[in-house]
Amino acid sequence: MKFVPLLVSISLTVLLIVVFNTRFGLAPAFGQFLSPQHGFWQNAEAVDKDFNQDLRLPGLKDPAEIYLDDRLVPHVFAANEIDAFYIQGYLHARFRLWQMEFQTYAAGGRISELVGPRATSYDREKRRLGMVYSAEKTVAEMEKDPETKAQLDAYTAGVNEYINHLTESELPLEYKLLGYQPELWTNLKTALLMKYMSLDLSGAEDDFEFTKIRTALGYAAFEKMFPLAPDSLDPIVPVDTIERHPTIIVKAPANSDSVYLQKKDTTTVSSSAGKPDKDNGSNNWAVSGIKTKSGSPILCNDPHLGLHLPSLWYEMQISCPSFNGYGVTLPGAPGIVIGFNDSCAYGLTNSMRDVRDYYEIRFRDDSRKEYMYNGQWVPTEFRYEHILRKDTTEYIDTVAYTVFGPVMFDKSFSGNRNTNEKYYAVRWKGNDASNEMRAFYGLLHARNYEDYRHAIQWLHTPGQNVIFACKNGDIAITAQGEFPAKWRRQGDFIMPGTDSSYQWQATIPQPENPYMYNPERGFVSSANQYPVNPLTYPYYLGGEHLMERGMTINRYLSQPTEFGIEDMMKMQTDTYNPFAASARPLLLKYIDSASLDDGARKYYDLLREWDLHYEADGKGASIFQICWDSLRRIVWQDEMDKAGLPGFYPYNITLLEGLLRDSAYEFADNIETPEKESVKQDINEAFKEAVKTCLTLDQEGNLTWGKLKSTRIEHLARLVPFSRMDIDNSGGVYAINSMKKDHGPSWRMIVQLTKNTEAYGIYPGGQSGNPGSPYYDNFIDNWANGKYYPLWMMAKEEEGDKRVKAIIRLTQ
Amino acid sequence: MAKYILSILVTALLSFVSGLYLPWWGIAIAAFLVSAAIPQKPGFSFLSGFLGVFLLWEVLAWWIDNKNNGILSQKIAVLIPLGGSTVLLIVITSLVGALVAGSAALAGCYARRLVYPQPVPEEAI
Repeated sequence: MKFVPLLVSISLTVLLIVVFNTRFGLAPAFGQFLSPQHGFWQNAEAVDKDFNQDLRLPGLKDPAEIYLDDRLVPHVFAANEIDAFYIQGYLHARFRLWQMEFQTYAAGGRISELVGPRATSYDREKRRLGMVYSAEKTVAEMEKDPETKAQLDAYTAGVNEYINHLTESELPLEYKLLGYQPELWTNLKTALLMKYMSLDLSGAEDDFEFTKIRTALGYAAFEKMFPLAPDSLDPIVPVDTIERHPTIIVKAPANSDSVYLQKKDTTTVSSSAGKPDKDNGSNNWAVSGIKTKSGSPILCNDPHLGLHLPSLWYEMQISCPSFNGYGVTLPGAPGIVIGFNDSCAYGLTNSMRDVRDYYEIRFRDDSRKEYMYNGQWVPTEFRYEHILRKDTTEYIDTVAYTVFGPVMFDKSFSGNRNTNEKYYAVRWKGNDASNEMRAFYGLLHARNYEDYRHAIQWLHTPGQNVIFACKNGDIAITAQGEFPAKWRRQGDFIMPGTDSSYQWQATIPQPENPYMYNPERGFVSSANQYPVNPLTYPYYLGGEHLMERGMTINRYLSQPTEFGIEDMMKMQTDTYNPFAASARPLLLKYIDSASLDDGARKYYDLLREWDLHYEADGKGASIFQICWDSLRRIVWQDEMDKAGLPGFYPYNITLLEGLLRDSAYEFADNIETPEKESVKQDINEAFKEAVKTCLTLDQEGNLTWGKLKSTRIEHLARLVPFSRMDIDNSGGVYAINSMKKDHGPSWRMIVQLTKNTEAYGIYPGGQSGNPGSPYYDNFIDNWANGKYYPLWMMAKEEEGDKRVKAIIRLTQ
Repeated sequence: MAKYILSILVTALLSFVSGLYLPWWGIAIAAFLVSAAIPQKPGFSFLSGFLGVFLLWEVLAWWIDNKNNGILSQKIAVLIPLGGSTVLLIVITSLVGALVAGSAALAGCYARRLVYPQPVPEEAI
């Protein structure tokens, strides 16, 4: 009997430990999580933490130093290149481990391992697109190059040095919350991360949507809804400066009119889900010394991307005998993506070209073992994708690979809830082997224009407009990438996949990629517009190319002023809306202002008097936006309903130019009613609806632009307390300061290439990936207010400078 | 009373040391050992284990939170969710540890009694 109290109390203790050591659903194990010596409290970093340290890193060849400045930007001084990349890996892991690994899970379709079967569809989509397949090919390609391999191996070793010595209490917070452990880093993970960027930047297409529209409304209507080019063009390379002797002649198949362009297709897949944001855009420009106050070139770049915490970017200076670079790095990959060295500066914007197409495959039978190609049954190759799923069984996806690429959509997977009976293979440029790492390696070392041109030829996918400026006075831009040479409208619709006639015929040769070097006008720029005039370039460009930002930039830069750094800051944060400048007169012309009641009159006046800037505390930008959105819906909803694509619309510029050109614009009519609606009716109807919306928002106090737009920066795992919500700031999609709800300038950089480089920059985040650190989001407020930090290219002799907050001395 | 206070302090100290080397549940071992070593009535054993870890975790969490200016605790207190109350978060933290340590201390007390059968304590008369 004496045993009873002992047994009871021991059982109770064990029970409590088990309960507090177990995860229930998504809740963490509370004992581990709450323990002040193990759990989240250990991630609560002291605000006055002392980062000074003597650290032994056995993988180093020589001693090295890391100087952390007051913003926690590391300035790394290594004795050789291999050590430099090793230290970069170590620092990325130390400050951003969870993020960099999580992104490789997202890229490689492994989210189910963390959250269970509800992510199966997401994971299958990534696998079926060939993300893992192509990352494996990319690793092989990169490792073929001895320099790239050495760089990658050093970087990976640096990451693993940190992971191997990670204690339970030091584990990044998100691992503790979600209940898993970091794996060792591999070169494959770096490749996956690069595919993740490729997906985000080269995955733009609307092939299924276009196919449905063409089928429902006819090819003639489609051509009007999606014309090849807008009326007004201001391409990256002005038409008259490029010589054109195409070395490749691409020809549409003889039967393309009947079996392709005019085809009635019965696809039920309505969208290739998981497409990147259409506004993944960016600005860059470089001004020659003849147009600057200092007489030296200035280079500016602000890439617009989805905004998250921890931030995509990690800022650093890396210095070793063979290069001295500063800029933003991608945690998970060695090198500097956008930045400058002692000789030159470089930056990127997205090319927006369409490099992803679909082919309808005819399999012999449901086994998918053979498919028809050029009159023969050809054997399929299968790739088995093992998707491990938390708390349940693994899911094995058998993906068929054809000569075109992996079969992404079939009976078992349609990307959305529709059922689909057909087979579509995807041909994506991102699935080709390439070694982009080499391009960034080359840029880091570049000393002049030739080095730059030589480096960027390694950049294949995603295609980027690479801008360049050098201390010797050179400026240049190249619409760089490995792009398929397409015939007109090739790949805009699903293509026949039973023979080779619709395949991509060739690649545009590198010298025929549009570029510009020291132009007479004294500046180069890009903002995702067409690289050249699409009507005269020998190859079809495809894709959606917003023209507005580029036009504003070129207008400013064409002014006969001498530009200083201040002017560049003003430009990058400019909120002028050129689209509204063209569209507002149209609205005002048609709105029947005499018949408006007092409520409507108020908004009419606000719209009329608006200064055309997206200002956070103004209402004009909101009223215009609401009104335009109503108009767009009223004009297109009938056509889009017929095509089975509610919510999908032609580009705004097409509607605007159509209405400006033609007061009897044919799409103004609602095809669902017997009456013939006019442009005037549509616009008045749109304004009436907009007034209703405005009244409601106004009463709630949410009509100001900052509130309506409500910019937010979400945590990567969408944990609200780790996110920054409701950032009330200026800017909008058509402005140079292209700010949206969850999307915007992810890094603003200005580099003046005087003898001593003078540079400024800021990104919406902070150097630490730890939500418990004061350095997690400390740049955001300044970023939202359009402020900049000076970027300090530190010299080794400046060790005693007061900007040095801490020194980490590294030995073997 | 002296034994009671001593137990609390030794439990806190030993739990802290266990936290440096063992997983979080090392506090159970610490509380068990202390209560097996220092004889007390079951009720007092439970209380000294409970309070030892409660105080330790309370002080540690408060100390960390103070150095952190509450940056993280405010976020976690929304995530869990506790309406953003840092105070409540620190109390709940301490309670979890205290319950485990208290019941382990109780077990330690009974374990001792099994090995050393109790003389009739004079104080109790």
